[in-house]
Amino acid sequence: MPRISGVDLPRNKRVDIALTYIFGIGHHTSKKILEKTGIDPSIKSDDLSEQQVKQIRDMINEEHKVEGPLRTEIQMNIKRLIDIGSYRGMRHKRGMPVRGQNTRNNAHTRRTKRKASPSKKK
Amino acid sequence: MARSLKKGPFIDIKLLGRIEDLNRTGKKKVVKTWARRSMIPPEFVGHTIAVHNGRKFLPVFITENMVGHKLGEFSLTRTFRSHGGKKSLRTSKVK
Repeated sequence: MPRISGVDLPRNKRVDIALTYIFGIGHHTSKKILEKTGIDPSIKSDDLSEQQVKQIRDMINEEHKVEGPLRTEIQMNIKRLIDIGSYRGMRHKRGMPVRGQNTRNNAHTRRTKRKASPSKKK
Repeated sequence: MARSLKKGPFIDIKLLGRIEDLNRTGKKKVVKTWARRSMIPPEFVGHTIAVHNGRKFLPVFITENMVGHKLGEFSLTRTFRSHGGKKSLRTSKVK
């Protein structure tokens, strides 16, 4: 089971899918990586040779921000919005939708998160 | 939808002029404005601008991080008075 950027790739999946298990790599980036390294996307991740794994690893290290660093970057961006006292920052802080969506109904992905833990206790 | 790059950022000309005057003379003064839609250019950094929120002017101190945002983002237009809770608690929050 190859390990890339601190994540175990699932064994029995095509490489192009397996790579998307890394935070920060979706289908598009995954495809691009395989194209550039010249690896057949249809082989299973278990069948990757050591050298191919290394190729992928290097490619990700060079060109993509993934996992921890990417998460911190996102957090920093949000923190900036909060620190400057902008409307968007305030919405982040309150756990409300940030981009002007209606909140009369719906918007529960954002809105109910904070209420989720107490309501589950019932 | 994002604004076309061709046009460049929208900055309120009158406001920019007044700030530039202040920069030239080296003075710091609170400038009142209604131009919530105006982008914050680097020239504004360090000034305090009173941005109208429909009712009154809220002073906004411009820092470097705010460049590229609009003035209106820092002057909230709505007052949220919390939901539920005891009635007395709610009324105490109303000014």
